[in-house]
Amino acid sequence: MTTLPLAAAQASPAPFAVELVDIDKRFGPVHANRAVTLRFAPGTIHGLVGENGAGKSTLMSILYGFYQADSGEIRVRGEPARISTPQDAIRLGIGMVHQHFMLVETFTVLENLLLGHEEGPLLGAAKARARGEVEALEKAFGLEVPLDAVVSDLPVGVQQRVEILKALYRGADVLILDEPTAVLSPPEVEQLFRILDRLRAEGRTILLITHKLKEIMAVTDRVSVLRQGAVVAEFDTAQTSQQAIADAMVGKKAVLTLDKAPATPGAPLLSVQGLTVVDGRGVETLSDATFQVRAGEVVGIAGVAGNGQSELLQALAGMLPFNAGRFTLAGTEVAAGSGYDAAKARALGVAHVPEDRLRLAVVKAFPAYQNAVLGWQGDKALGGWKLDWRKVMLKTAELMERFDVRPRAPSLRTSLFSGGNQQKLVMAREIDRNPDVLLVGQPTRGVDIGAIAFIHRQLLALRDAGKAILLVSAELDEIMALSDRILVMCGGRIVGELPAAEATEQRIGSMMAGIAEEPAGEGIRA
Amino acid sequence: MTARGADGRLPWWATAILMPVLNVAVALALSALVILLIGEDPVGALGTMVVGAFGSGTGIGYTLYYATSLIFTGLAVAIAFHGGLFNIGAEGQAYIGGLGVGLACLALGGWPWWLALPVTVLAAMAFGGFWGLVPGWLQAYRGSHVVITTIMFNFIASALMVYLLVNWLIRPGQMSPESREIDPSLFLPKADEMLGALGLEVANSPLNLSFLLALLACVAVWLYVWHTRPGFALRTVGANEDAARYAGIDPKHVIIITMALSGGLAGLLGVNEIQGVQHRLLLNFPAGLGFTGIAVALMGRGHPAGIVPAAILFGALYQGGAELAFEYQTISPELVIVIQGVVILFAGALEHLFRPALLALFARRGKTKPVEA
Amino acid sequence: MADSLLWLLSLLDSTARLAVPLLLAALAGFYAERAGIIALHLEGKMLAGAFAAAATAAVTGSAWLGLLAAIAASLALAAVHGFASISQRGNQVVSAVAINTVALGLTAVLANAWFQIGGRTPNLPADARFGEVTLPLAQSLSGVPVLGPIYAELVSGHNILVYLAFLLVPATAWVAYRTRLGLRLRAVGENPSAVDTAGINVARLRYQAVLIGGVLCGFAGAYLSTAQGAGFQTNMTAGKGYLALAALILGKWRPVPTLLACLLFAFADALQTRLQGVALPGIGQVPVQLIEALPYILTVLLLAGFVGKAVPPKAIGQPYVKDR
Repeated sequence: MTTLPLAAAQASPAPFAVELVDIDKRFGPVHANRAVTLRFAPGTIHGLVGENGAGKSTLMSILYGFYQADSGEIRVRGEPARISTPQDAIRLGIGMVHQHFMLVETFTVLENLLLGHEEGPLLGAAKARARGEVEALEKAFGLEVPLDAVVSDLPVGVQQRVEILKALYRGADVLILDEPTAVLSPPEVEQLFRILDRLRAEGRTILLITHKLKEIMAVTDRVSVLRQGAVVAEFDTAQTSQQAIADAMVGKKAVLTLDKAPATPGAPLLSVQGLTVVDGRGVETLSDATFQVRAGEVVGIAGVAGNGQSELLQALAGMLPFNAGRFTLAGTEVAAGSGYDAAKARALGVAHVPEDRLRLAVVKAFPAYQNAVLGWQGDKALGGWKLDWRKVMLKTAELMERFDVRPRAPSLRTSLFSGGNQQKLVMAREIDRNPDVLLVGQPTRGVDIGAIAFIHRQLLALRDAGKAILLVSAELDEIMALSDRILVMCGGRIVGELPAAEATEQRIGSMMAGIAEEPAGEGIRA
Repeated sequence: MTARGADGRLPWWATAILMPVLNVAVALALSALVILLIGEDPVGALGTMVVGAFGSGTGIGYTLYYATSLIFTGLAVAIAFHGGLFNIGAEGQAYIGGLGVGLACLALGGWPWWLALPVTVLAAMAFGGFWGLVPGWLQAYRGSHVVITTIMFNFIASALMVYLLVNWLIRPGQMSPESREIDPSLFLPKADEMLGALGLEVANSPLNLSFLLALLACVAVWLYVWHTRPGFALRTVGANEDAARYAGIDPKHVIIITMALSGGLAGLLGVNEIQGVQHRLLLNFPAGLGFTGIAVALMGRGHPAGIVPAAILFGALYQGGAELAFEYQTISPELVIVIQGVVILFAGALEHLFRPALLALFARRGKTKPVEA
Repeated sequence: MADSLLWLLSLLDSTARLAVPLLLAALAGFYAERAGIIALHLEGKMLAGAFAAAATAAVTGSAWLGLLAAIAASLALAAVHGFASISQRGNQVVSAVAINTVALGLTAVLANAWFQIGGRTPNLPADARFGEVTLPLAQSLSGVPVLGPIYAELVSGHNILVYLAFLLVPATAWVAYRTRLGLRLRAVGENPSAVDTAGINVARLRYQAVLIGGVLCGFAGAYLSTAQGAGFQTNMTAGKGYLALAALILGKWRPVPTLLACLLFAFADALQTRLQGVALPGIGQVPVQLIEALPYILTVLLLAGFVGKAVPPKAIGQPYVKDR
C-alpha cells in the first residue's frame, strides 16, 4: 500500500496531475482532436462531456497510450511524458476503465488482476502476494469483489469494480472512466459514485467521460466540454448549470423543439400485450410490456441503456424470439413461439431502423444500391427469378436525391459512405416502403448535426402521413422533441407513461431511475 | 473472403487482374527458386511446361481436361466462400459425387449417353451435395465448424470408398479394387470425336463433353450468386450474418443450401472423370483436384470469369508439370502442388500484402478519387 | 493368460508409439490455439519436419542433427503462419491450407530431386535414428509377475522422443496454468484487448505461441521419419496433423484430456492392424475401414455436440485489430 505512486506525487507537489497540451489527432479525413489543451488537478473529479464523436474517447485513448497524438505534449505531475503504449501509461500511474470491459471472462478476478502485473515468471507466489495487496485495496476504497469468482459469473456492476480495482492494483493515481454508467442500474451508479468520492478523498484524480449531464452535476469538480474535437468550454461544476453545459455541447442554444403539428392519432396499428423476453442466462430482459401505438403518433421509449428497450424493439422486429405475450399488427396476432421473424414482420407492414445500424442494417461490403433493397429483396417489383439491378440502381439514385445521401453514387461501396449518410440510406429504404409501423432505434446516433434535423423531419412527415412510429433513443432530448407519448422503461419493465406535453426531464429521469409514477398502458384491445 | 477483398479504392482491374497476375508471378518466381535449388534451369523448365501444356493438340486437350475438373471444384469452393464458408471438403465431395455417377452408370446399362447424362449429373450433384450438406447442417444447427468437419469428411469419404470398392463394387476375380467398366454407350463423347464429326481434325485426348458442362456451370453460378434472390441471401449471410437476420434471411437455411450446392458442384467432377474418362469406379480419382479448387477459387477471386482462366492455368500446370517430370528426372510433378500452395498463400492469406504498395502507386498517379469517409 | 497379457501389452505398446506424433503435434496446437491462432497448419509443419530430419540424418548420419533440421523447417513454416495470421491479419485457415499444400509439394519435390528414389529418402541405418532406450532394471525385473512385463514391455524400450512427448504433457499443463507465460497466452486467446490494455504486446505473445508450436511439430516430424520410421516418404503424415487438431478439440483445449484423445486415436490405429480379418464374437468381422475412420467420425460427433460440448478460445481465428 505504501508503495503507491501517490506518495511520490505528494513529495513533489505538482499543480496538475496530468496536462494535455495542444493535442492534435486525425484519422484519415476525420479530425478527431483539434489542439486540445486540458489540465487536471490532483484529487479532483474532472468531467469530460460532448456529443458522440466529439473526440472524448480518442483523447483519453491518447492519454492511455492506445493511440499517438499527431502533435502536442502530455505532462504527468509536471514532467513531460512519452506515452506510446498502455505500458507507459500504467508505469506513469494512469489507469483506464474502458466502456467495454477489458477482462478475460474465463479467468478468475485474481487472474485478471495479475495479468500484465505478475512480477516474475511463476504465478504461485505472485498470487499469494497479490491477494494480500488487493484485499487491502478493497478495504481502503470499499470495493468489494470476490477474488476467486470467474468473471463471467459476475454482474456487470461487479465486473466494473474489478476494472477499477485492476487499475488501482497497477498503481493508478489517475483513473480514466469511459462512459462508466452506460451499463449500470441506478443503484449501481450510486455505488460507483460513492467509490469515486472515496478515491477523490484519498487524493486520486478521476477523469470521467460521459454524455449524461446529471452525472456531471452530481460528482464532478470541474467539467470540460468538447465539440468536434476541440475544447469549447470549461466550468467549475459548482458554478454552472446543466443548461450552460448543454448549450456548450451543442454549440447553440440547445433547444430541440421541432416545428411539430399536434398529433391526430387514429386507430392502433400496433397493440402489444404482455411481451416478455428471457435471455440465454434465464434473465427476464423484457417483462410484460403492454402498450399501443396508434396511427399518426410517435411513441418514444426512454430509459437508461440496457433496460429492455433494445429487446422490445428487436422482438417486435422479429429479430429476437419472445417467450410470452403477443402483439397485433395489421389485424394479425403474433404469439410467442409462432416462428415470427424479420421477413414476417415486413410482410405485416413493419419497417425497422435498428439501433446498431452498422452491424445490422447494411452489409458494408455491398454497393449502396444492393443495401437499398436489403430486407425487401423479396419484393416482386424487383424482377422475376432474375433480379433487375438496373431498376434498383435507378430507384436508389432517386432515394439518394430525396434523402440527400452523399455522394450520390448508387454503385459505390457502402463502407465508403460516412456514418450519417449510411443512416440516411437506411432511413430512406425503410421510410420509402411506406410502412404502417416504423420501429426506429437511435435514429441520430453518430449522425452530424445537420443531418439530425433532416432525419427528425422525415420521421414527423411519416407520422403526419398517418403511420405509427415507435422510437427508442438514448438521447432524452430527442425523445422529448419527437414523441407524442413517452413510455419509460426500467429493469425490463415499462414503469411509466407521460403525454409529451407533461413530460419534463425531471419526471422522466425519476421514472428511469425506477421510481414508478403511474401504471403503464391504458385499456388494451387485444 | 476473396471477393470481399476489394475495398473500392483501387480500380477494378487492379483487383481483378493485376493482383492475381502478381500472385502468380510470385508463385512462379518461388518455383523458379526451387528449380534452381534442385540445380536445374528454370527457364528451360518453364519452356518445357509451356510446350507440354499448349504446344500440341494433345497437350491442350489434357490441359482443358484438367481444367474441366478444376472449374467444378473451383466453383464449389467459391460459392461456399461467398456464403462465408470455407469448404475444404471439395475433394471428398468430388469423390462421393463420382460414386454417384459410377453407380448411376452401372445401373443404367446400355442407355445412350445423352439420355443418361441428366441422370448422372443429378446423381453427381445429389451424392456430392449430400457430402456437403451434412457438414453444412452440422454447422448451422450444431455449431461445429465446417472447416474441421469437411476435412474429417474427406477422410471418411476415403475410407468409405475403399470399403465399397474392396467389398462390394470390385469386379469379381480381380485383384485391384475397381468396378467393372460401364457400358460404352454411356461414354461421354470426346472432343476429338465431337469436332471430328464437324470435320475438324484434333488430336486424341481425354477432353470430353464435360468441359461444356463446366462452362454451363459457370454461367449458372454467376446467375445464381449475383442475380437471384437466393444468391443475394447467400452473399448477405456470407458478409454479415446479423444483417441477414435483420433482412429476414435465415442464415441456417442459407448455410445448408450453400454447402449442398458447393458439394454438388464438386461432385460434378465425377462426370468428367468417371463417365468421361475412366469409365469405371476406382480409388482416388479426384487426385487432389478438389484441393486445387481452393487455389483456383482464390486466384479467380471467387468469380466464374476468373475461375475459368485460373482453372486453365492450373490445368496447364498439371499437364506441363507431368511433361516436366518426364523430361527432367529431378523435377517431380508435385512441383505444381508447391505452386498451388504459394498461390493460396499470396492470393488468400497474404492478399493485403501488395495492397498498400498498389494503393500508394495509384494515389501518387492521382488516378483514384478518394471519397470522404 | 501370459499370452493374452503379452498381446495386450503389445497392443498398448503400439498405442503409445502411435500416440507420440499425435501428442507432440496436439501440444503444438495447444499453444497456438490457446493464444488465438488456428492450428490447422500442424500437418504441414510435421511433414516438413519429417522430411528435414530424414534428409539431414541420411546425409550426416546423425539423428540429432536431423532433429535440429526438423525443428528449423517446422519453425520456418510456423513463422510464415505467424506472419500471415498476426502481422498481415490474413485468414488463418487459408494460411494453414497454403502451408500444408506447400509442405506436401515441396517435400516431395526436394526428396525426389535430392535422393531420386521416388520421393523417398534412403532407409536410415540404426545409428542415424533414435534408438530404443532400455530403462534400468528392465531385464532383471522382467521376471516379476504382471508388473515385470508391464515395465519391460510397455514402459521401457522406447526411444527418447517417446518419453519426451509424454513428459511434455505435465510440462505443458504446468506452463499453461502456473506461469506468467501461460496466463498471458490463455488471456490473449480469450480477449486480446484485455492483454493489450494491460500493457502486453499482443503480436509478440502470439508469435511466441506459434513458434513454440513450431518446435514441438519439429519433434513430431523427426519422430515420424527418424524414430518410428526409418526415412521419409511422400505425404507420410497422411492426415496426422488434422487428427492431432481433432484430438486437441476432443480434449477441449486442455493438456490431459488431449493426451487421452491422442491415446484413443492411437489405440484405434493399433487395433485396426490387429483386427484385420478377425471376426469378433457377436459382431462378426468389423470392416477395417470403419476402425480407420473412427477418429474422424468421433471428431465430427464431438464437434456436433453429441459427445459433450467443446468451447473454443473466444478470440480464436480473429486477427487483433485495435478498436476505438
